[in-house]
Amino acid sequence: MFIDPHAHMVSRTTDDYETMAAAGIVALVEPAFWVGQPRTFVGTYVDYLSSLVGWERFRAGQFGIRHYCTIGLNSKEANNEALAEGVMEWLPRFALKEGVVAIGEIGYDEQTPLEDKYFRAQLTLAKQLELPVMVHTPHRDKKRGTSRSMDVCEEMGLDPSWVVIDHNNEETVRETLDRGYWAGFSIYPSTKMGNARMVELLKQYGGDRIIVDSACDWGISDCLGVPKTAQLALESGISDAVVRQVTYENALAVYGKSGQMQASDWLDPAPIDQRTLFEGNSILRGGRDPLVETAPARRRDNLLIE
Amino acid sequence: MSVTSLKLLRGWICRQAPEQANWLAEQYALLSQKGNEKDLHLFLGLIPRRMSKQDLVLSPQDLTLANQAYPGWNPSGWSLDGAARIAALLTFHGPRPFSAMFQDLVRTADARELVTLYRGLALYPEPESLAFEVGEGLRSNMRAVFESIVHRNPYPRDHFDEHRWNHMVLKALFIGSRLGPIVGLDERANLELARILLDYAQERWAAGRQVSPELWRCIGPFAERVSAYEALQRALTGTPIERGAAALALTAADTPTARSLLLTAPDTAALVADGRLSWDNLTLQEAA
Repeated sequence: MFIDPHAHMVSRTTDDYETMAAAGIVALVEPAFWVGQPRTFVGTYVDYLSSLVGWERFRAGQFGIRHYCTIGLNSKEANNEALAEGVMEWLPRFALKEGVVAIGEIGYDEQTPLEDKYFRAQLTLAKQLELPVMVHTPHRDKKRGTSRSMDVCEEMGLDPSWVVIDHNNEETVRETLDRGYWAGFSIYPSTKMGNARMVELLKQYGGDRIIVDSACDWGISDCLGVPKTAQLALESGISDAVVRQVTYENALAVYGKSGQMQASDWLDPAPIDQRTLFEGNSILRGGRDPLVETAPARRRDNLLIE
Repeated sequence: MSVTSLKLLRGWICRQAPEQANWLAEQYALLSQKGNEKDLHLFLGLIPRRMSKQDLVLSPQDLTLANQAYPGWNPSGWSLDGAARIAALLTFHGPRPFSAMFQDLVRTADARELVTLYRGLALYPEPESLAFEVGEGLRSNMRAVFESIVHRNPYPRDHFDEHRWNHMVLKALFIGSRLGPIVGLDERANLELARILLDYAQERWAAGRQVSPELWRCIGPFAERVSAYEALQRALTGTPIERGAAALALTAADTPTARSLLLTAPDTAALVADGRLSWDNLTLQEAA
């Protein structure tokens, strides 16, 4: 069983859902993000948030995958002040919806004053609502941007054990872990983490507070980032226990703090959900071993993600 | 009307979740007295966090009382937290019209919440004013949302015009949903619907697909006027369930042609004639 705690499913196809379910993904977290095209109306942003708690949650359920999401104003669109102000008014209503496990993904892109303003405002909201936070760390000026994100979290009085710093790499992981945060790694070709590099990090750091995700989205990315990394790690001699921590348990531990995500959601769903919103899962139906091999052939050919 | 429904709902909720009775009473009092929408949003968000999502436990007597409070109201299949949310909407009295508030709730609802909001439709104040939101729900691709309006809900029977009614029935068939749980299915049967459904059946057959035997229920009373005998004859030679459905439809048609067709399937016709086979138990019948 795997959890992919960062997957932008609005940008993915039904093939991906099938493939992920076949590979043993039982739950995923979809962070609110920049959909590639800037939104210029508050209403389009609101409808996007509605689709995360509504349609996409239902869609995932049809494939036997439990869908959770994080609600937030992303750093890119925080730079449109009129939009940002409007979105901020709506966020509290969405943050309390079912299956919302954190405020996120929030943080810095170009590290502008407006990004800083809305990052802080959303950290305050997370504190008020007692929700975990998913922090997106910037692609550019990454090391300083990551340190700064943690500085601001602490300045705003957040408990690091409620915050996931995502998109770590070899340069940022030490500080993230030393300061008490959860360290997310996005197994994403070219721009983020590769899974062979990830295995090396697991050898060095073990599994405590490390979380592997795919961050799959509208770009060239792989929705099997989590199961492929698990398989490569096991083949490389990483223990079952560590693999389970980084591909399942740690994500459940931190996002479970929201009270909106527990293993019984997929292992023992309420009867009303089984009738309406969740098609059950392959584990309970007693079928297959969750392995990358069970995914359709076109997906499994290349084990390495680089 | 809804005062009684509300009383029933609150009674069932407190019976099943006595540990929350005080909290609920406080919250409901707040909603009815202060009428602040923020309080309502917060309460609706908190309910599933504090209360079980299990099914609302109802006795046959409860269902009888529900039907007396609002004819056709059938809360079987409701969840405990959903019932508490609907009770909140019925309790709330705010400055804006109910429909404006409802529109906002639908706009930001999560998947389960949508199902709940629509299940309560018939009980809300000024139900006619919710027509736009109901239309949105019918257009939903989320089957559970569509069914929350269509099944065990008297709202469509009481408030849909013929066009909307007919398209609801057609969509139910189209997505493989049952017709049996539609409240008022026989009362609202009409000639236009029979025509649409017969066309639909023929289109399916031409494509080599099957049709739901339940469809014949809406055609039966109009079999003569829409010239459905040939199609019914074909159904009469199909699977046991299809044969049963065709026999039920022909019995409802009650014309000389229908009666003569029934003579070609005497065993099935006998099951209908002596009451052993009805639309209510059709899908349970394995062999007829």
